[in-house]
Amino acid sequence: MPPISAADTAWLLVATALVLMMTPALGFFYGGMVRAKNALNTLMMSFSALGFVGLAWALFGYSVAFGHASPWCGGGQYFFLRGVGLEAHGTIPHVLFFAYQGTFAIVTAALISGSIVERMRFGPYIAFITLWSVVVYAPIAHWVWGGGWLGKLGALDFAGGTVVHINAASAAVVCAVVVGARKDYARQAILPQNVPFTLLGAGLLWLGWFGFNAGSALGANQSAALAFVNTMLAPIATLVVWTLLDLTRTRKATAIGAATAIVVGLVAITPAAGFISPIFSIVLGAIAAVPSYFALLYRARTALDDSLDVMAAHGVGGIVGALLTGVFAQKAWNGGAGNGALFGDFRQLGVQAVAILVTILYSAGATFVLVKLLSLVASLRAEVREEGLGLDFTQHGEEAYSHGEGAILLLDGRTESPAPAQTTLKEA
Amino acid sequence: MKLVVAVIRPERLQNVLESLFRARVAGLTISRVQGHGGETERVETYRGTTVKMELTDKVRLEIGVSDHFVEPTVNAIIDGARTGEVGDGKIFVLPVENVYRIRTGELDRAAVTPVGVQPD
Repeated sequence: MPPISAADTAWLLVATALVLMMTPALGFFYGGMVRAKNALNTLMMSFSALGFVGLAWALFGYSVAFGHASPWCGGGQYFFLRGVGLEAHGTIPHVLFFAYQGTFAIVTAALISGSIVERMRFGPYIAFITLWSVVVYAPIAHWVWGGGWLGKLGALDFAGGTVVHINAASAAVVCAVVVGARKDYARQAILPQNVPFTLLGAGLLWLGWFGFNAGSALGANQSAALAFVNTMLAPIATLVVWTLLDLTRTRKATAIGAATAIVVGLVAITPAAGFISPIFSIVLGAIAAVPSYFALLYRARTALDDSLDVMAAHGVGGIVGALLTGVFAQKAWNGGAGNGALFGDFRQLGVQAVAILVTILYSAGATFVLVKLLSLVASLRAEVREEGLGLDFTQHGEEAYSHGEGAILLLDGRTESPAPAQTTLKEA
Repeated sequence: MKLVVAVIRPERLQNVLESLFRARVAGLTISRVQGHGGETERVETYRGTTVKMELTDKVRLEIGVSDHFVEPTVNAIIDGARTGEVGDGKIFVLPVENVYRIRTGELDRAAVTPVGVQPD
């Protein structure tokens, strides 16, 4: 066991905080794109993941992902944080490694919410993401990072292209299908309530993503520096290509397009961050813009109400990134982790494809079973009337943009209002 | 000449518009208003503060029509706006003295008849 390194610990402390911030950032990214009557609900779908998924991770998820049992699933030795102490895990304290991984579980579960906003009831949603993080996320994390079979097969996933993005996107599509489309979907225009929120969210996601990717080096080292620089370069290229596509197609560079481009670039570089050279990171980011751009346009014309396009951004972006990792990976840059097809190892591309396929199959299958089971004990959807009124009021009893007119103060739990407003109006 | 004023649920506006356009009612004005009908109470809580919202968001439609168009217009609004729950709104039909079309100075029936349609 190498001793604990002060530098590595310091960087991971910062990286953990950065990744935790990605979940509120995602809330703002998503929250800007829904209608005003569902703004709080959409933000809460991310914020509540911080609580419920975080707790499930501490009690069970971490052990399922990083316990040592079989190549398929972790064991129970870390349940309830038993044995997660100050001892070294690599060069950082074990507790810090646990917390760092927890932030990933939280944001992955929150990502799914993008496909079911504006119609799923809040209680079943909480139950779903909490269970999902333990029975779907944790096993896949084990396969790739926890000493499981995909890692041993040689799949390259630096920071979670398969585990986080392809996984969340597959689950999101299944949820959108099972929960069903919004009542207004494809019947009337559903416009974003606050585009500046979406840009703010995308900006904060980018900031947090430096912790996500560069932190995945698990140390303050050359690999972290490479991942950091690639996390800067890839979205830059995606943003440029996306803007040019926008300009060519509609003669307008859209703001939501820019926010989406940044996220797509970040998703695509995630599996490759510490494995490819900076110049190929630019190439990867540029290529990644194209499939996601057209996937977005195509999806909107289908019956699939993946409302905030989790599949087009995280699924398609994640698949492109994971495949291109198998093309551009270069031993000279990744400390011998592997070469991609461009540098002579075609097998790597095959391994990447296997990892992608297995992740999609397991995630979609297990999510389907989980959502169907939940639908037996609770109704997943808000009623049509509730959907019309908006989920902010019907699920949370609050409004994002309330105006005080006509609000009568209820004191000490009295249900009768002290003001005579209601009675006078009725008698009139 | 009548003025049809309807107060409806904001979330039914799209349905009402579709239903009005199907009934070939073309000229209308809408405004976002707040009102109090007989709705069941709506309680919201912000930290320790619990409030009862006595005013609900509504949309008001104003449509000037010639007499024989009143019935189809009213029916179209009812069709689009009805949910069956308390709070669906009201429709008022008011007499109108004169209607002028600003662009041409046309009066009354000619003024409320959409462009391109022969006044009958």
